[in-house]
Amino acid sequence: MKSFEELMAIKAKMQDKVAVRQAADNTIRVVVGMATCGIAAGARPVLNAFVEGVNEAGLSETVTVTQTGCIGICQYEPVVEVFEKDKEKTTYVKMTAEKAQEVIEKHIKGGKPVTEYTIGAAKL
Amino acid sequence: MIRSHVLICGGTGCTSSGSAALASKLAEELKAKGLEEEIKIVMTGCFGLCALGPIMIVYPEGTFYSMVTEDDIPEIVEEHLLKGRIVDRLVYKDGVEHEDPNAAASLSDTNFYKKQKRVALRNCGVINPESIDEYIAMDGYFALAKVLKEMTPDDVIKTILDSGLRGRGGGGFPTGRKWQFAKASVSDKKYVICNADEGDPGAFMDRSVLEGDPHAVIEAMAIAGYAIGADEGWVYVRAEYPIAVKRLQIALDQAREYGLLGKNIFGSDFSFDINIRLGAGAFVCGEETALITSIEGNRGEPRPRPPFPAVKGLWGQPTIVNNVETYANIAQIILNGSDWFKSFGTAGSPGTKVFALGGKIKNTGLVEIPMGTTLREVIEEIGGGVPNGKKFKAAQTGGPSGGCLPAELIDTPIDFDTLVKAGSMMGSGGLIIMDEDTCMVDIAKFFLEFTVDESCGKCSPCRIGTVRLLEILNKITDGNGEMEDLDKLEELANYIKSASLCALGQTAPNPILSTLKFFRDEYIAHIVDKKCPAGVCKSLLSYVIDADKCKGCTLCSRVCPAGAISGKVKEAHVIDTSKCVKCGACIEKCKFGAISKK
Repeated sequence: MKSFEELMAIKAKMQDKVAVRQAADNTIRVVVGMATCGIAAGARPVLNAFVEGVNEAGLSETVTVTQTGCIGICQYEPVVEVFEKDKEKTTYVKMTAEKAQEVIEKHIKGGKPVTEYTIGAAKL
Repeated sequence: MIRSHVLICGGTGCTSSGSAALASKLAEELKAKGLEEEIKIVMTGCFGLCALGPIMIVYPEGTFYSMVTEDDIPEIVEEHLLKGRIVDRLVYKDGVEHEDPNAAASLSDTNFYKKQKRVALRNCGVINPESIDEYIAMDGYFALAKVLKEMTPDDVIKTILDSGLRGRGGGGFPTGRKWQFAKASVSDKKYVICNADEGDPGAFMDRSVLEGDPHAVIEAMAIAGYAIGADEGWVYVRAEYPIAVKRLQIALDQAREYGLLGKNIFGSDFSFDINIRLGAGAFVCGEETALITSIEGNRGEPRPRPPFPAVKGLWGQPTIVNNVETYANIAQIILNGSDWFKSFGTAGSPGTKVFALGGKIKNTGLVEIPMGTTLREVIEEIGGGVPNGKKFKAAQTGGPSGGCLPAELIDTPIDFDTLVKAGSMMGSGGLIIMDEDTCMVDIAKFFLEFTVDESCGKCSPCRIGTVRLLEILNKITDGNGEMEDLDKLEELANYIKSASLCALGQTAPNPILSTLKFFRDEYIAHIVDKKCPAGVCKSLLSYVIDADKCKGCTLCSRVCPAGAISGKVKEAHVIDTSKCVKCGACIEKCKFGAISKK
């Protein structure tokens, strides 16, 4: 290795790959419902969209994407919940990969929940 | 796109409980479920909780599974990795109560980890030790870059001096001072040695660092080389550590390939490379002059100091010898500064210390605690207490060179100076917990047997003196002791301490002296009453049958191999102590608890 820049480049390349193991003191937690109902309704592409979107946005150190079991509102799957520190959680329903990208853009990055996809808008 | 990492411990402890097979089974199962593109398997170094191996952690949740078997793998894949439902029955939950099962699974919440502060072990159980890229992602080699770019050798030494880092191999000598001496010695050839000849029975801190984070040691040795003006390093590691040796070799090859070892590192004029020397596992070779002699290809025997290695070391050249754990702290001190390091621990002993926790304790394994943590916190909170409702009796620190701390001293804060004051020493970090079933005379004998075996024989106080000590101890445990023997033990011990050539002999009597100090009444019980209060020393025990409890079932007389038990059916039996061989078979068989040893 002839320069410090080379070392920085390796670190930058690797950082996303190990960030998933950092202590989960993250400010935002995105939880995708991945029970049988969720998977059947198409939760896997949603989960993957969140994982990829968060990484591409370079947010993998502050945002954790993880999955959970059945929340109990199977007819609204895929369900995604976003937990932010000291805020109420936001529950998104009937998610798709496209909607996921919008949520990353507006909510995760912009701080404003996308109201029309939330459970409140779905008129339970 | 990888969304989840499964970390499996590949330390020696978990490897021996089958973690390698676990990893291949997991890979198979992931493939079957089509998850191999989403889930990554990472073999890491030791997590510390060896008693519960094999250990597996799933990120990003940080779910901590313990004692995982191959049969559990399909369930973990199907439930957790596919559906996100944590397999509750496998989750380690010591001391954590949460309603949310996901939260209960978090590693840092458990009693075992809560009080720990991981500096030397920061990457152990976090990164794949066979990947230099993962080490770099954790700021690896940034400290080396920093010293080469921004710091003079004197700056480096000053930072280490200011941090107050003391040698973690046991002696506790200030590391910065050692470096200062070596730098001051004028020579065109100097050496940096890493002492990985960990020899205390039950200690495995250094092995775990080398297995879990070998690059941390390599980086620190290069920094040391820059500081003192050396271009060559040696790691002296025992051949009994095959996994550590293999990973160190891989790490060296990777570092060379990246040019982090070799000529003109980072374009500077600093060049450095490292060799490995395998030791045959002689305890004395952990002593620095014996270690140097052994690297030179001679029989591992110590020589008198001065001259210290910093003046005249390997092949007669100025040399520093530091322990693995000491090196594991260096890069962090360079990156975060000496004040950061001093924010942990006590004024006289800054930083943290890794301990191998063993003996009569629930959570055996590897722990790293800030200096000044009390023995009580380590035993009761981190260690989970003494199992089976037994009473804590003593803690042994420092291995064969250390001593025993009795239950009265359980609130002693652990650091270099308090342990010496209490009659023990830090040593390299073995911490053996003993309960009421441990005989302190027997423990002293155990350690003496070890030093008698391991004495190199060069100087007579150690070679002959330790054998004489052991003979007196044997006399006492055989029931032939006299009260004068205690004075003889003390007198001889003090001569050996002051006259031996190296630390092996100088510290060999410590187990006797500290047990005599704190458990003298147990020695007296052996000598005067001819009894072993803990029921360990065979010659002093006799087996008796309680006539009131005995139902005369004849089971004991049938299992007795010596024919020492007699009695009629439905009548109380008796043991003929002259025939009894004290094997204990009768106690195990008796259904009425009528037989006891006294």
